[in-house]
Amino acid sequence: MADFMQQVVAGLASGSIYASLALALVLIHRATGVINFAQGEMATLSTYLAWTLTTNHGWSYWPAFAVTLALSFAGGAAVHQGIIRPNEKGSVLRVVIVTIGLLLLINGAVTWIWSGEVRAVQSPFPTRTIEIGGVAISIQDIGTIGVVVGTMVLLWFLFQRTKIGLAMRAASVNPAEARLVGVRVTWMLSLGWGLAAMLGAISGMLAAPSVFLDPNLMAAILIYAFAAAVLGGIDSPVGAIVGGLTLGVGLNLLGTYVDFVGADLRLPGALFVILVVLLVRPSGIFGHRAVKRV
Amino acid sequence: MRLGRSIAPVSAFLALGLVILVVPSFVSAFRAQQLSYVAIYLVALIGLNVLTGYTGQISLGHGAFMAVGGYTTAILMTDYGVKDVWTIPIAALVTGAVGFLFGLPALRLSGLYLALATFAIAVSTPAVIKRFEGFTGGGSGINLFGVPELTASLTPVEILGRELVFNDWLYYLAWTTALIGYVLAWLLLRGRTGLAFRAVRDSETAAQSSGVGLPRYKTLAFGVSAAYAGVAGSLFAIATTFVNPDTFPITLSILLLVGVVVGGLGSLVGLIAGAVFIQFLPEWSQQVSKSPGAPTVVSGIILIALMFVLPMGFAGLVGRVRTLTKR
Amino acid sequence: MTALLELNDVSARYGPVQALRGVTLEVPEGQVVAVLGANGAGKTTTLRAVSGTVRRTGSITFAGMPLKGGPEAVAKAGIAHVPEGRGTFTELSVVDNLKLGAYTRRERNLRGDIERVSEWFPWIPERADQTAGTLSGGEQQMLALARALMAKPRLLMLDEPSLGLAPMIVREIFRIVRELNERDGLTVLVVEQDARIALDTASTAYVLEVGKVAVEGPSADLRENESVRRSYLGY
Repeated sequence: MADFMQQVVAGLASGSIYASLALALVLIHRATGVINFAQGEMATLSTYLAWTLTTNHGWSYWPAFAVTLALSFAGGAAVHQGIIRPNEKGSVLRVVIVTIGLLLLINGAVTWIWSGEVRAVQSPFPTRTIEIGGVAISIQDIGTIGVVVGTMVLLWFLFQRTKIGLAMRAASVNPAEARLVGVRVTWMLSLGWGLAAMLGAISGMLAAPSVFLDPNLMAAILIYAFAAAVLGGIDSPVGAIVGGLTLGVGLNLLGTYVDFVGADLRLPGALFVILVVLLVRPSGIFGHRAVKRV
Repeated sequence: MRLGRSIAPVSAFLALGLVILVVPSFVSAFRAQQLSYVAIYLVALIGLNVLTGYTGQISLGHGAFMAVGGYTTAILMTDYGVKDVWTIPIAALVTGAVGFLFGLPALRLSGLYLALATFAIAVSTPAVIKRFEGFTGGGSGINLFGVPELTASLTPVEILGRELVFNDWLYYLAWTTALIGYVLAWLLLRGRTGLAFRAVRDSETAAQSSGVGLPRYKTLAFGVSAAYAGVAGSLFAIATTFVNPDTFPITLSILLLVGVVVGGLGSLVGLIAGAVFIQFLPEWSQQVSKSPGAPTVVSGIILIALMFVLPMGFAGLVGRVRTLTKR
Repeated sequence: MTALLELNDVSARYGPVQALRGVTLEVPEGQVVAVLGANGAGKTTTLRAVSGTVRRTGSITFAGMPLKGGPEAVAKAGIAHVPEGRGTFTELSVVDNLKLGAYTRRERNLRGDIERVSEWFPWIPERADQTAGTLSGGEQQMLALARALMAKPRLLMLDEPSLGLAPMIVREIFRIVRELNERDGLTVLVVEQDARIALDTASTAYVLEVGKVAVEGPSADLRENESVRRSYLGY
């Protein structure tokens, strides 16, 4: 039983990381109707930034964390204004190509600047475990869950209780009407991209200590995040969080207790989830059924 | 059939064939080998073009189809002793069937979701290949070097009175396949099927209400494009004489889409340009910088820039020049 | 005295289709003006031209100043546009819809404003947290109107408020519009297909036909004029 609880907590921790990136994907899709294939690479870049600040410039962890978030925010907004906006009137393929191009550009740039070397990254949390109810639980896991939960709470507050959050919600559900009441929709959408970039950065910085830092840090996590977002409903923020946590715990338990799955098939497992959900119930658990009227 | 209209493209095609025939005599063996790979990518691009350029369905997973073709060839050669040339049409059939089967559920996915689904497939393919070791040889892959079924691998082969070493044989095999594939696609697309494909791309709802029978053509397009990718994968396996799970990574799928976009969607002319782009990009990027990651950065920048400047790709540029020079 | 809103030789097109061809009209302050005409005559386009959601030529002045820019700027200038189909944020709650109405206002007394508009629509406070999409068509139209009032606009533009609503509800909505005009002096520009009720509420009317003003004048005159009624207004 203790083992099981450990696995559940570990699953919640990895699930939080997926949830954070999944929420980023959902925010962007809700706001601009784009699936940002480059979200993972943007998160990787942010993580490298944080690493550079702490390792090469001797910053301590949390200030570096905060500055990275700010820079990521600016970067995300800039990407929206500079690259996405000019292309959103084009075909779906055009937008996909642009985000793929961004994926390549950032991935290559990261390799160029920092080389493909695999690096170990220190966790901000102590690596010991503490005993809760007879179960040894890693402090790092708790810390990870805590950071993500805290972020979610702050975001909830932003969206539900502030004027600008309301404007962002309006801009993403009904941009034309939002403009009529005076909301500057394009800026709100860029804000959304900025927030999404921040969420990606959080995801990357939390993942790095366990997964090691290399240019492909977020590649697998991006797939897990897609699976979580699709599972929860590509337009549902709540769905992204629930989907991420469920996926994290589910994959972890499957990997531990079901031999066939093992460690290798976790990624295809996520793929399986994506395919099944898209084919059976594309709107996901919390999404709305989109009616295609002919 | 109006002969006058066909003369120009047909003569251009024949001229191209002639050029391809004599090129190996003028370039180094290394260059010729690189050009073989251009032909291989061309085959894949022709197929992907049918899917994305003509019916507008986005696939980020054609590397996975290439893997199916490549492994089919490898397994047939090593386990069943089939001669390499005969594995190619078999690979086409097998991959075509897989593509067709995938096309059926894919009907329910549009645009972004299809891109996402195919992306996920491509990312997971290496892991799936590794998992089914008994069949695929797992992580160590399948080695084709020195296998007797591999033509010209040990001794030169005699074709039409000439002796060809492996590299030359591969060159002619690849380009013959590519040109045959080109002609087949051209024949397929100029008739009713091509019109139907384009109708699918231009307006799904309109095509449906005019009785075009969307599903049939969408899955057909998937099957056809997969078959081409299978052939390309087959040739790839023969060329590299080796397949393992990392032979067909996600970057290959992305590069294929890049190739089709750079070359120009919906136009067979730009595809050669796209294939050239894929093959020579790393070399050209070296000119910019020797650092690792440079080729990727360059392709990324080119992709993004293209969407701003030339959304229609290289073929769009050709089209524009043509309209400019027409009086 | 210059009118609150003046359109001078305004033209607009959607791609190759010319929707407005040199429309000139004015809305005096404190009046209700109606724009009538058949489908495709250019009525909605007229409002869009004011809002800046369609590209147009010609001059538009509001409160003596030239009106430029997109809907955000127009909203800030004090014009509330209730579009065709209500434009409610169906996924957001009733109270969120209202809050958005007050978006451009600097001094914010949300509670006071919500109380103020609830005077006109007393059912609002009890349904504050309900999702707007679950309201009936008539309620959504009223919510759209309430949202517009939250902005304390100088000019209210209504696009086909009667669309898809039962006659009784339409009458109720126009009654409220009339009262808003008479009691609070709100200036209203209303586009309508239902000419009868529009003429009962407005003081002046313009009838558009294929993007041009075909007939204009006091509503009373248009109402009396049988040939105008038959050819342009359908009754």
